[in-house]
Amino acid sequence: MGKANARNRRGRSPGRALSVLGAGLMAAGLLTACGSSDGLKINIYYAPEDNFQKVVDQCNTKAGGRYEIVYNKLPRGADGQREQMVRRLAAGDEGLDILGLDVNWVAEFAEAGWAEEWTGGNKAQATAGVLPGPLETATWNGKLYAAPKNTNVQLLWYDDRVTPAPPETWDQMIDQALALKAQGKPSEILFTGAQYEGLVVIYNTLVESAGGRILSEDGKSVVMDQGAVKALEILKRVTSSGITNASLTNQKEDEVRQAFQDGTGAFELNWPFVYPSFKKEKPDDLQHFKWATYPSVVPGQPARTTIGGYDLAVSTASRHKPEAFEAALCLRSPESQKFSALNDGVPPTLEALYTDTTPLDPTKPASDDNPSMDTQYPMRETILEALKNAAVRPLTPAYQNLSTVMSKVLSPPAAIDPQATAEELRKQLADALESKGVIP
Amino acid sequence: MTVADSAAPAATAVNGGKRGKPPLSEGKKAERRLGLLLCAPAAIVMIAVTGWPIIYSIWLSLQRYDLRFPGQQEFVGFDNYAAVLTNSYWWTAFATTMGLTVVSVAIELVLGMALALVMHRTLVARGLVRTVSLIPYGIVTVVAAFSWYYAWTPKTGYLANLFVDSAPLTDWLSSLSIIVLAEVWKTTPFMALLLMAGLALVPDDLLKAASMDGAGPWQRFTKVMLPVMKPAILVALLFRTLDAFRIFDNIFVLTNGAQDTSSVSMQTYNNLIKGLNLGIGSTMAVLIFLTVAIIAFIFIKVFGTAAPGSDPGGKR
Repeated sequence: MGKANARNRRGRSPGRALSVLGAGLMAAGLLTACGSSDGLKINIYYAPEDNFQKVVDQCNTKAGGRYEIVYNKLPRGADGQREQMVRRLAAGDEGLDILGLDVNWVAEFAEAGWAEEWTGGNKAQATAGVLPGPLETATWNGKLYAAPKNTNVQLLWYDDRVTPAPPETWDQMIDQALALKAQGKPSEILFTGAQYEGLVVIYNTLVESAGGRILSEDGKSVVMDQGAVKALEILKRVTSSGITNASLTNQKEDEVRQAFQDGTGAFELNWPFVYPSFKKEKPDDLQHFKWATYPSVVPGQPARTTIGGYDLAVSTASRHKPEAFEAALCLRSPESQKFSALNDGVPPTLEALYTDTTPLDPTKPASDDNPSMDTQYPMRETILEALKNAAVRPLTPAYQNLSTVMSKVLSPPAAIDPQATAEELRKQLADALESKGVIP
Repeated sequence: MTVADSAAPAATAVNGGKRGKPPLSEGKKAERRLGLLLCAPAAIVMIAVTGWPIIYSIWLSLQRYDLRFPGQQEFVGFDNYAAVLTNSYWWTAFATTMGLTVVSVAIELVLGMALALVMHRTLVARGLVRTVSLIPYGIVTVVAAFSWYYAWTPKTGYLANLFVDSAPLTDWLSSLSIIVLAEVWKTTPFMALLLMAGLALVPDDLLKAASMDGAGPWQRFTKVMLPVMKPAILVALLFRTLDAFRIFDNIFVLTNGAQDTSSVSMQTYNNLIKGLNLGIGSTMAVLIFLTVAIIAFIFIKVFGTAAPGSDPGGKR
């Protein structure tokens, strides 16, 4: 017996040590929790944006202690952002209050029942003065599910020493590139040709600019009309004429930017973030770095460029919805949008801000340290023009599947056979819409 | 006849050849119960941690279940298997994965063996040489993959710049070769380490005796070392094959599956995590599980690989 007891005692002591350790940890956890649970917390999950914490701080000041917004940074890549939110929302996580949604996720989050509908005064405030394109991205089935926070649109960037006049159509651009190549000058047409969302963005722009459609209006069936085939023809022509970068099928936004700065490109199709980068890295050439709206497909009709950006939604699982709506409205208010536009370079969704030229600190003149829309966005009129003719990506809850399938079928673009590729897209997109079938 | 085979009849003889269990004393029964009780928590944890996820994913694979359409969940039997197994993307990825596995493991075996022989015979700074050779294995795969990615990208990369005007990562064959290279670079040290353990099994006496009998270095290697090392080689091959079949991170960074370089793991990730399609994704996961089980079965039953620590030599 004595022996057994001894064994027991020996066996018990690690257990006891463990429980003591566990209790200690628990107590520590409770203590820290107590220390910071003074008020109501509103958690926003949003992409990394350098100065967004300042916007959050300003809104916290305005809230006057009724709640505190906590900025939780999501991963930098869009896929990573979506994955984190989707996994937590699918599990009914109540810790997410405000969701920073990339513009093409709203339909998906609304359909899955993760985003709360905006109604009444909140809706009126979230939609007032918003450009139609960004507003469309926040709407699904005629209801508003998010407040547009910032938008984005690609432009055509060029060097006016190489091409004094920007091309007006894709045909002109291809011809100019071929002529430049023949003269041994920088000639490449640079765009995001890797097998990912960026390629779908280019394709969607081409389809919309050709007056075509990929999906029907309600997002429930595949259309892939003549315009969609025309877009395939252009993609094929531009990538099989030797006027694209050798790395085309591996290039995403930043590789495209680098390639243009390296000086091999005549034309760059990219988001406006390339301007501040160019300003910083090649200040001597900045005066020759020019922009224009996208070349059109149908002569005489402006191009319809695909927009990007972010919308703010309120999670259905949130336990503090009224405060979450209020906080979201503050985070995308005209003042906040202006602050973010001038500090982080994200174009606002409110039309009025494009003509607002008051610098950040209105008491001092505008300069690089005290930016205004003039200094920060010399291309603001072009952006606004592109935004007014904006195209949105097909609105459907199955967008992610659609995009994965499309980028796969379109890659590499040089291998496109317009009719056959269109047929394949019709078939595979139909499957993807019903979340049937396999995505590559 | 092995020990186990000869022990069995002996045991029945002791029990008087009766069918059923021999009568146990009360004390023995209590001891046995206690034994089972003591094992139970570990067994339950094992089942919960390894068994349950497998069973659950098999269950999921029989359903139409998309997280975005929770209302449309239903039991569909083997529809998902039919969808995956008739899909060309799946078979392309399967062939790619198999090809990558075979080629990279074969190269690793040869290089690993060479490296092991060198390290085994190193006279000076043996510890240092072994440590240094393990560095690639210690580097986080994603980090290493990014350095390969940039090295093979024109302008930023020293390797791509060797070949004028080329972008090897945009072409099917060259990007697959680069993926193999990255895999081989990373895991050859691991292979070498396992093989070195096998080399330590080869007694010097045998080698001396062989050279006394007039065997040259090559003969000593193939006739003496390889047979003695066989268990170690097979274990190394089994580990690396199973590992290589699950390749994900190198492809994810280097090509993200473009140009038909997607592996089955990447495709599963795309369907399950990105596409939120639990049904199709789980089906793929189950198929990967089955393939891995078949590979392991072939290695153990056909080649007679033994788990480390069990009977040396395994079944032949």
